[in-house]
Amino acid sequence: MDKFRMIFQFLQSNQESFMNGICGIMALASAQMYSAFDFNCPCLPRYNLAYGLGILLVPPFILFLLGFVLNNNVSMLAEEWRRPQGQRGKDPAVLRYMFCSMAQRAMIAPAVWVSVTLLDGKCITCAFCTSVPVETLGNASHPGLSQGEMKRVLARIPCKEIYDGQELIANEVAIRYLRCISQALGWCFLLLMTMLAFLVRSLRPCFTQAAFLKSRYWSHYIDIERKLFDETCAEHARSFAKVCIQQFFEGMSMDLELCHPPRKAPADAGEAAEKLLGIIDQGTMNTALKSWHRCKPPLHLHPPALPSGNGWAGGEQPPVPPPVPRREMAAYYSQV
Amino acid sequence: MMDRFRMIFQYFQSNSESVMNGICGLLALASIKIYTCFDFSCPCLPWYNLAYGLGIMFVPPITLFVCGLILNRQYLVMLEEWRRPQGQRKKDLAVIRYMCFSIMQRAMVAPVVWIVVTLLDGKCLICAFSSSVDPEKFVGLANVSPVQVQQLLAKVPCKDDELMRNNTSRKAVSRYLRCWSQALGWSILLILIVAVFLARWLRPCFNQATLLQARHWSNYIDIEQKIFEETCCEHSRLFAHKCILHFFKSMRQEIKLHSFSLPRQGEGAEGGEDLLQGITDQDQVNKLLKMWYYEKPPLDISQVTQRHALGQERSSLPWADSPSTQSKFLQHTDV
Repeated sequence: MDKFRMIFQFLQSNQESFMNGICGIMALASAQMYSAFDFNCPCLPRYNLAYGLGILLVPPFILFLLGFVLNNNVSMLAEEWRRPQGQRGKDPAVLRYMFCSMAQRAMIAPAVWVSVTLLDGKCITCAFCTSVPVETLGNASHPGLSQGEMKRVLARIPCKEIYDGQELIANEVAIRYLRCISQALGWCFLLLMTMLAFLVRSLRPCFTQAAFLKSRYWSHYIDIERKLFDETCAEHARSFAKVCIQQFFEGMSMDLELCHPPRKAPADAGEAAEKLLGIIDQGTMNTALKSWHRCKPPLHLHPPALPSGNGWAGGEQPPVPPPVPRREMAAYYSQV
Repeated sequence: MMDRFRMIFQYFQSNSESVMNGICGLLALASIKIYTCFDFSCPCLPWYNLAYGLGIMFVPPITLFVCGLILNRQYLVMLEEWRRPQGQRKKDLAVIRYMCFSIMQRAMVAPVVWIVVTLLDGKCLICAFSSSVDPEKFVGLANVSPVQVQQLLAKVPCKDDELMRNNTSRKAVSRYLRCWSQALGWSILLILIVAVFLARWLRPCFNQATLLQARHWSNYIDIEQKIFEETCCEHSRLFAHKCILHFFKSMRQEIKLHSFSLPRQGEGAEGGEDLLQGITDQDQVNKLLKMWYYEKPPLDISQVTQRHALGQERSSLPWADSPSTQSKFLQHTDV
């Protein structure tokens, strides 16, 4: 557990490392999902192609979308893209940079799935077993088989138990042939993706380094600014809540003094007595709790000098603020 | 035990070269693992055998080499150093050459491991060259017609084929090819290790001073780039902090300008009140959040650092190409 925590802390310290970590986890998950998946070729003429190509292409698409969903920065990109311009212009280069870096990371898990599928061979064997060249690999002159019949027989190649065309073409020969093609495709695909990634990485310093530095800086800035704003709002909310609750209790204790004659406090009150805010028996505490539930104070902090009730004792209204010129303030709402 | 792990982790992180060596080692291990997981299945057909066998022997090493280049951070550093405009700093080709050389060395480890493991295992060579064996050497194949011989030899790698299941010549051909394959594998390994040994041993005899300089400056370039990135991060954090504080302050000023019920900040205000920045009302908070979305503040904190009064200028943005728009405050008429 400690090991995980340390690795987790290292990954979290650097935002990019964190994203790379998620990327790697998704790639491993994709390979694991494939090995856990129970591939079941239907062994019927047209269903084979649909099933094989479906398993080859649909999960990568899902993994690609999942890569976007799991990326924290998607909401940041969307926010930056859709915000009103206001006083700060929008730089399309920054948006492009953020989108490209997210798309690159999201592409890794689908590429792993497609490679593993092709290198394993079952999908291609299932999808293309009806297209095996019977003339070269078996005896095409086997009598008595129409096209449709032959396709039906060939479609059963992946299912060894029910295959009945051993005279037409040997099962192992066909499977070996298809698997060889599939693995060749797999390695070529892997080589192509790697070369593509290499080119993308290499061309950048040669052509657009200055623009890249700018986009990277501002995309990090937007991320940091968003986080800092959230932190500042959280701190503000905490202080707000503290003062609001303090004023609630003060209001309560003042109401108590007004309604009941003030009790004789002991001569040396001490700090603890101050913290009790005048609530020193069970009945008063129960009333305070009930009041907190039934009639929460308004979200409006009074300055400490002004005494104001909170409506608990009934009958006392908080002082109404003087009428504010509403026109200017409406400017803030008109965007809605 | 955990401490040891942490120490190893920190050691690898501290030195960029160590990180590169670590990645290099991981890639070599990954290469072995991929080979063992890979389900080698020779097609056992005359021309396909050669293509498949040589393909499996050479295409994955190329992929691993390119992967090794991609994963190496120093590759980007070297490219940037190579392509940067000269400016006020001269470019030293010896440094770039040194970096290139060390990157290539590290990237070559995983492909070499793959090729050696492939040869020592033998399956690839048996698959690729079974049709090229001289049938005269083997008892069972000497008297067969040439066309048939080709077919039979092509099926040698497939043990389970019905024709070949108990054929003794198949085993003989297989053993023969595997022997050659393993001999080749061990020879390559020996030559490489001797070459590396000689290179390391003889290097101090040639240009040691130049080498030391090149190594120093390549380390320097690497560290300089890392520190630049860290400084940019630090800077953007401070920038964002000031920008947000300025935003809160400007909100408070706007509220003061538009409302008369000033919450007077008394001298004895509690410490917690400072964090409230004068925003003490549900409406005010809502206003602030709405303003943050609809009109983000400009990226210009010169007002903060030079203590100009708020509202005097909305200066133009440092990085947007389009001209800055007018403030929305001034545009609204009576609703």
